[in-house]
Amino acid sequence: MLIKRPAAIPPSEITSRDRYLNRREFIRASAALGAAAGLATAGIWVPRSAHAGTKLPDVRKSALSTAGEGLTPYKDVTTYNNYYEFGTGKDDPSETANKLRTRPWSVATEGEVSKPKVFDIEEIVKLAPLEERVYRMRCVEGWSMVIPWVGYSFSEIIRRVQPTSRAKYVQFTSLADPEQMHGIRMPILDWPYTEGLRMDEAMHPLTILCVGLYGDVLPNQDGAPVRVVIPWKYGFKNGKSIVKIRFVEEQPKTTWQLANAREYGFYSNVNPEVDHPRWSQAKERRIGEFGKRATLMFNGYGDQVASLYAGMDLRKYY
Amino acid sequence: MSLAQLKPDQVKWLKAVLFALCLVPFSRLAWLGAHQGLGANPIEYITRSTGWWTLSFLLITLSVTPLRRVSGWNWLLRLRRMLGLFAFFYVSLHFTTYIWLDQFFDWQGILKDIAKRPFITVGFTAFVLLIPLAATSTNAMVRRLGAKRWQRLHRAAYVIATLGVLHFWWLVKKDIREPLIFGTLLGLLFLIRLLYLRRRLTASTPSTVRSQAA
Repeated sequence: MLIKRPAAIPPSEITSRDRYLNRREFIRASAALGAAAGLATAGIWVPRSAHAGTKLPDVRKSALSTAGEGLTPYKDVTTYNNYYEFGTGKDDPSETANKLRTRPWSVATEGEVSKPKVFDIEEIVKLAPLEERVYRMRCVEGWSMVIPWVGYSFSEIIRRVQPTSRAKYVQFTSLADPEQMHGIRMPILDWPYTEGLRMDEAMHPLTILCVGLYGDVLPNQDGAPVRVVIPWKYGFKNGKSIVKIRFVEEQPKTTWQLANAREYGFYSNVNPEVDHPRWSQAKERRIGEFGKRATLMFNGYGDQVASLYAGMDLRKYY
Repeated sequence: MSLAQLKPDQVKWLKAVLFALCLVPFSRLAWLGAHQGLGANPIEYITRSTGWWTLSFLLITLSVTPLRRVSGWNWLLRLRRMLGLFAFFYVSLHFTTYIWLDQFFDWQGILKDIAKRPFITVGFTAFVLLIPLAATSTNAMVRRLGAKRWQRLHRAAYVIATLGVLHFWWLVKKDIREPLIFGTLLGLLFLIRLLYLRRRLTASTPSTVRSQAA
């Protein structure tokens, strides 16, 4: 075998994220500038998106960040993605998500709320102070990352729309536009992608509405312009490119439940003791590491979230 | 030069070229590995790639006989052993990747996987079944077994390819397009084989059927 165990790479050898970005940004920026100048004078150019790689202003650190974990490199977080709307290969999203238009964008809140409202994306970005939340992300496939998301607790939205007493669950709907997302043309999943949380899970301070990554505007392949992140659940629970948030009384069916209810439950909390019917969930491979490490109960957030599930049989409610 | 009849040294050249071609997927992996080109999850990449090429080589090997019959190019048969052995080469890499890079010799975990995970059970079975075929691939072994017995044994290639497709099918999360393509091609090859078998049976006289059965 020619595959060698990679030697530890000294930090000085790693291209800094800024420099890595600049490499392509510089070329893109110069080309775009020229093109934009031409189109702007012709009066037909409208900005399509807030570019990934643009710094988000006033991002502060958060006490809710996970400490003591090395961050997964920006390159891996943005080139190894599960985002079936852009194809089922891991590199498909980073290759094709540039077709997604993230401006204009709005998110409708509806259902069991006293103040339903359609939020413009600019409003969402400024709704609450932006925080950096470093979280572990465990994919149901058995790999994991540590990602510095930018956003704020989802409860900020809940507070503003004032759910009624009938609101027991929240349903997130992602964009499903075959023009911008070529994967939608394949009936791999039941589009649009929907996910859901119980109200107390949605209210939990760790659950965030996310608009950025590594201090910058969220790249399209990571769910731009706005997504949710629930760090103690498997990655597929984190709906991307959200267009609708609905508060409902009955537990909503989620896309992966509809695809295979035996394999993907509504809760989908990270749990090393409850295997996927086809593979073990006891271990995971942290992207960038060689060996496997033990998967932690609730992805290591048990102290904060285990009480949400007190008395529940987690084998039954997987 | 007629393609129907190649001279022995022409076949020799062809084999050399084909050998180099069959090594391309491996060389590509090695090159990517040496240049940080295997992506964020290199072990998954290697596992997927070697598995994909194993299935491809199994199907290519199984298509030699139908191709020979359709084209009349009998020399194709001279390439079959090498193609089959390349299937074994890639499955060995695939299996080694799993044992070494993926599980890192966690024998307890490996045994549990083989027993508990149906997709690993069938994949492992296919690998084990391929070993005797690789071991009996030499001329000496063909002679020792006798052509008839050897042929019967090597029909297991169909079983192995079927298990291989199943292994792929059961491991994908939702997008079954690729295993479906492999499965369809395999089904087609099997169908061609059945058609030829039927033709041979209906064409043969009762006496030859009896002598074949004896």
